[in-house]
Amino acid sequence: MTMRIDLPEETLAGVLAKAFGNRSFLIGLAITLLIVAVALISFVWTPYDVTRLVIADKTQAPSSAHWFGTDHFGRDILSMVMVGARNSIAVALVAVGIGMGIGVPLGAFAAARGGLADEALMRVNDLVFAFPALLSAIMITAIFGPGAVNAIIAIGIFNIPVFARVARAGALAIWPREFILAARAAGKGMTRITVEHILPNIATLLLVQGTIQFALGILAEAGLSYVGLGAQPPMPSWGRMLFDAQTRMVTAPWMAIFPGMAIVITVLGLNLLGDGIADILDPKSRRRR
Amino acid sequence: MTAYLLKRLVIAALTLVLASMVVFAVMEVLPGDPARLMLGLNATADQVEVLRNQMGLNAPLALRYLHWAGGLLSLDFGRSYTYSVPVIDLVRERIAVSLPLALIALALSTIIAIPVGVFSASRQGRAGDTLAMGASQLGVAVPNFWFALMLIYLFAVWLRLVPAGGFPGWNAGIWAALKSLILPAIALALPQAAILARVARSALIEVLNEDYIRTARAKGLPYRAVLWRHALRNAMIPVLTILGLQFAFLLAGTIIIENVFYLPGLGRLIFQAITQRDLIVVESIVMLLVAAVILINLLVDFSYAIVDPRLRGRQ
Repeated sequence: MTMRIDLPEETLAGVLAKAFGNRSFLIGLAITLLIVAVALISFVWTPYDVTRLVIADKTQAPSSAHWFGTDHFGRDILSMVMVGARNSIAVALVAVGIGMGIGVPLGAFAAARGGLADEALMRVNDLVFAFPALLSAIMITAIFGPGAVNAIIAIGIFNIPVFARVARAGALAIWPREFILAARAAGKGMTRITVEHILPNIATLLLVQGTIQFALGILAEAGLSYVGLGAQPPMPSWGRMLFDAQTRMVTAPWMAIFPGMAIVITVLGLNLLGDGIADILDPKSRRRR
Repeated sequence: MTAYLLKRLVIAALTLVLASMVVFAVMEVLPGDPARLMLGLNATADQVEVLRNQMGLNAPLALRYLHWAGGLLSLDFGRSYTYSVPVIDLVRERIAVSLPLALIALALSTIIAIPVGVFSASRQGRAGDTLAMGASQLGVAVPNFWFALMLIYLFAVWLRLVPAGGFPGWNAGIWAALKSLILPAIALALPQAAILARVARSALIEVLNEDYIRTARAKGLPYRAVLWRHALRNAMIPVLTILGLQFAFLLAGTIIIENVFYLPGLGRLIFQAITQRDLIVVESIVMLLVAAVILINLLVDFSYAIVDPRLRGRQ
């Protein structure tokens, strides 16, 4: 016998009604969908080919032919921003996947077992948190060399303790509840209770943390690419474009403005989406905000 | 309270030791032989071997770790492979740039964020709050290095108020030096201030709903006094936690920001060292930054006990 209804049940219609009344959620969702759509469209169409260099068109200001202008190789900035979205989304998404995939089981296990396992996990967490994320990313890329894959690993490793901590804290709050006691009385084991009762109840927390880490991942990827440790040319990436723009701020400021705006809008959208989800699914957070 | 502080102290020390082992291990597995690097490509195998012995590179792993870690404790980081000067000398010069930068940024961020948080919390849901939180939402999304580029464009290229980069050194006078740190500090501080303001606001709103706030108001204390004296102090714990985390973030942030502004700080040094494979310098800077983070978090733990007397009784 499984018991699925752990919280006072909210009807789907109720949640949807709340979602459509929540400004953060709607704006965030719209922006996020837009960016994802742009990234997908870039696979089949961009205004110009981002790999073709047209020196005759170099560093042109925004115009009707090149809405965002061109860079120092005559490449179309709008096309590069579109293709760059792929890279940002891919890196951040996989990094969140790594963090969740490893962090959540660790945190849930620590909460279920308690004692020494829990203490050990928390100390390892302290250890990872002692390394500023960017610093460990720099160390990792210094070892394995720069590149998009190593950037993913570096950001992903930092996500692990974040999710472990959230999963643990969430799970610890659920374990003392009565329905867990009932499940134990019914003879369910630690793993089964975790999978059937704990995880569904902390899913909201994880989803919200996921959008936050997704946004942070995009910022981190841009930072790494900016210092030359992320995606390598000719693969367009927003951070890399800003690096190229840096020495041309006086002559071609648009080279910096548009990729930067792309980052800001994407991160803003994800943060709004995360806030919105937290509001809709957790009545307590609404009171606070 | 002593037990609480002692536990935090032990955890901090343990974390530091583990961190040093991790850093040491990472540098061990990195490819590249420092002795060969110092002697250049023309050196014979014998010469390299002699230098390896001199540098103690052939000693057992555990012994080398102890030697290195022991050196750290007495601020002896060894000699740079490429510059052939003690690492501590290199680092000391650079800290004189990075630390003031991080501290100015931290101060700026706090000075901006706390009043904004208080303002927003006391006008919850009204236009001012919505505006301030909208701005902070935007601030959180801005990458500091891009913000830095925009600041350079606006204040250095366009208005010509401050230099676009470089650092004249503290010998050039406090004002000249500060002038070249002000844009980097703002670039670092504003995105952090946005986060801090949000945390301060939500912590304050939570506290303002407490019964003792109503009591304080009921006994006739003016709203301002209740807000600043009673509510803010109680909202300090989450704010302090974030401040501690932010210091780590700022230290790491200086690594990128220094590269934007061509500041000769630790961040520039670590990048140069990585490209030159000057591992001992990389190792030392990473250890310094990690130690700083651990120390700050320890101070935050201690300050909890000062801010919140309830913690003193516990454990």
